[in-house]
Amino acid sequence: MTHSTHPAADAAVADHHGAGIEHAHPTWSTYWKVATILTLITAVEVWVYYVPAIVQSRWFVPVLLIMSAVKFAIVVLFYMHLKYDHRLFRVLFTGPLIIAMTTIVALMFLFGKLAARVGAVG
Amino acid sequence: MTSVPLTAGHVPDAHDPHATSTGLDNKKIAIWAFIGSECMLFASLISTYLIYKGRSKVGPFPHETWTDPSTGHKFGAILNIPVTSASTFVLLMSSLAMVLALAAVQNKNIPKRTTSERILGSSQLWLLATAALGITFLGFQAYEFTSFVHEGLSIRTNLFGSSFFTLTGFHGAHVTAGVIWLLTLFAIDRKRGLGPRDEVNVDIAALYWHFVDVVWIAIFTLVYLIK
Repeated sequence: MTHSTHPAADAAVADHHGAGIEHAHPTWSTYWKVATILTLITAVEVWVYYVPAIVQSRWFVPVLLIMSAVKFAIVVLFYMHLKYDHRLFRVLFTGPLIIAMTTIVALMFLFGKLAARVGAVG
Repeated sequence: MTSVPLTAGHVPDAHDPHATSTGLDNKKIAIWAFIGSECMLFASLISTYLIYKGRSKVGPFPHETWTDPSTGHKFGAILNIPVTSASTFVLLMSSLAMVLALAAVQNKNIPKRTTSERILGSSQLWLLATAALGITFLGFQAYEFTSFVHEGLSIRTNLFGSSFFTLTGFHGAHVTAGVIWLLTLFAIDRKRGLGPRDEVNVDIAALYWHFVDVVWIAIFTLVYLIK
């Protein structure tokens, strides 16, 4: 598949947000690469699920959580354009996200879920 | 392979009715604020699932087999990972179709010379593809829910059933709303054509759709893969 660079599209890149700030933007090839990476990570996640040696190790849950977090970040940064968008949008998303994740962790501790797991690992 | 750079935002001007004192479009600020609030909604649902995980007194269970002591009937692990992996792949591909739909709308006025440019530049094609993939995902979910009920797990069976159906059901409802939104955009595109002036309207639909995708990324790991 070939895509040609187009002057009109180039011109549209400049002066984003009306603030005179020039931002780089993702290209079609970037979107395809991101989709490939997301598919590969998902395939690895499912593969890990079926390997008993990994499932029984202490690294099973952290490995899955890291891969999930990477996928989450890739979608938010590239597909939702947060990497290229205004800082206010980043604040509007990451602020509640931090509160949400803190709430999950706090509730897990409160109900003894995380304490039991930390104790088991330690 | 060279690529066309794609615009990723609306450029409001002084005459833009949606412009704000921040210089940003109020619709985009609203959708990001909404997505932020949705993060907390799904965090509460995921927390509930995780807290109740492993506390069910009776089966069927997500990853373990169970024998009903009253009937002697054996239940297998209820989660079907291959089917859910396929539905996860479908939702990830729908996000790719969505970014291509947005890019097609943003670059509508750019002449398309080659066949691949015409395909990539067809907003109708990508909007319809996104909606179709969303409907496919919902089909997988309907199959999963139906098979669970046939295997003896309903929302009233145990704590796992209650928290699982509530969490994934809420997500499915969000996907349904997204599909309706996408089909509406497709109908508008068919009727009068979507162009760069509609960029923000397509962009906020795309942000919502990607958010639904990232929520599923978390659910797939926390509910389906972690035993």
